[in-house]
Amino acid sequence: MAYAGKNPSRTSDSALSTLPLLLYLTMASALMVADHRDGYGQIARQKMAMVTGPFWSLASSPVRAFRWAREAFALRSQLQEDNERKRHDLQLASARIHRLNAVVEENLRLRQLLGGTRGYSLKVRMVGIVDIDLDPFRQRLVLDAGSDGGVEVGQALIDSGGVLGQVVEVTRNRATALLVTDPDHAVPVQVARSGLRTIAYGTGHSDQLVLPNIPQSADIREGDVLITSGIGGRFPAGFPVGVITGLRADKLRLFVIADARPAAHLERGNEVLLINNLPVAIDVGPPAPIRPAGVETKAPVADAKTGAEH
Amino acid sequence: MIRTPTPWLIYGSFLLGLVFAIIPLPEPVGAARPYLLAMLLAYWAMEIPLKVGLTTAFVLGVLADLVSSTLLGEQALRMVVLVFLVQRFRARLRFFPLWQQALAIGLLLINDRVVVALIHMVVGSPQPSWISWLAPILGMVLWPWLFVLLDMARLRARERS
Repeated sequence: MAYAGKNPSRTSDSALSTLPLLLYLTMASALMVADHRDGYGQIARQKMAMVTGPFWSLASSPVRAFRWAREAFALRSQLQEDNERKRHDLQLASARIHRLNAVVEENLRLRQLLGGTRGYSLKVRMVGIVDIDLDPFRQRLVLDAGSDGGVEVGQALIDSGGVLGQVVEVTRNRATALLVTDPDHAVPVQVARSGLRTIAYGTGHSDQLVLPNIPQSADIREGDVLITSGIGGRFPAGFPVGVITGLRADKLRLFVIADARPAAHLERGNEVLLINNLPVAIDVGPPAPIRPAGVETKAPVADAKTGAEH
Repeated sequence: MIRTPTPWLIYGSFLLGLVFAIIPLPEPVGAARPYLLAMLLAYWAMEIPLKVGLTTAFVLGVLADLVSSTLLGEQALRMVVLVFLVQRFRARLRFFPLWQQALAIGLLLINDRVVVALIHMVVGSPQPSWISWLAPILGMVLWPWLFVLLDMARLRARERS
């Protein structure tokens, strides 16, 4: 190599100096292929959680310290005001819940009449976010709980706005979640107004979702609210996903592509809700054939423990 | 080459660079976050080439990939390319005046962004927003300060020992 101190033979200098470069470039490319194709990166990240953990807690400590200081030095009057407002909000929210409970029960009855099984017992847990910026081109979040805290791969995440994403990697005390806006993410949705079912994909931009392959005749327009349809069983039905912001034709002008703005507050929040949804039985396949009257259908209504228990 | 600085200075600076890569910054600034780790690596590769070379670049890159959860190997590739270029032009880079050196580092960092764009194109992940192209410029502005700071730290460490 061309160092002043070292004096290798001049003849093979250039050939020798590019050899290690080629070696390392090949190794790096092999790693990338292994991660991209076969997902070995996930395994590596799981195994190396011991190394990355300290970095994450170190990087998130300034924000944590700031938050702590703000709470510690907040004025009494501020706290009182805050408290007052929260109490007011809570009252409003619980009033709304009482009304909703009636609707839930009614809904449950109707569903049982229909023999539907699309229902989940909903359990929610609050989880903190480790405040760090990961790769800006992948929409991910690090959660402050892991397999020791009962987090599992596939659990859905929501916040006060709507669906946020799902857990994709779990280590002992940390978990990584894929946000709805990640290009690898897709969520089955339904237009709340017309009931049209489709799929919302992430785009890699934190303020945009895209819904391709909508038939031209479909009933969808700007401003429509998208909710999860519950198909696939990963996300419970009925949570807001986004709002349609625009419609455009695709390249072949055969289908419509819709853009949507995610409903969840994807910009940093402190905490998110982790859902333990216990799928009871999922509607898979074509609808059951209609039996002649009088014959008992074997629809799993009895064991469908539907409803929302908190 | 005779006196290499204490290892804690080198590794400490790398640790700081790794933490800086993931420390939360407000939204528009975050995309233009200067690649401090690469700049530190360039500095050490320039000053103590026998200790910090392609191997260090590769290991550090993989570590950075794990910490900031990028595609495994992406940052390793970027670091290796960067250090190789620094090694190639080391004799000239070292004796440039500081502003000219900053310019050269800026070019290296722009080249780094091109490598990122290429990797993303091959892998098929979305391209970063245009703001990320401001990062090399920020890095260029930052370079003289970083250089002087590290030189001073090395001098201090040498005096103490």
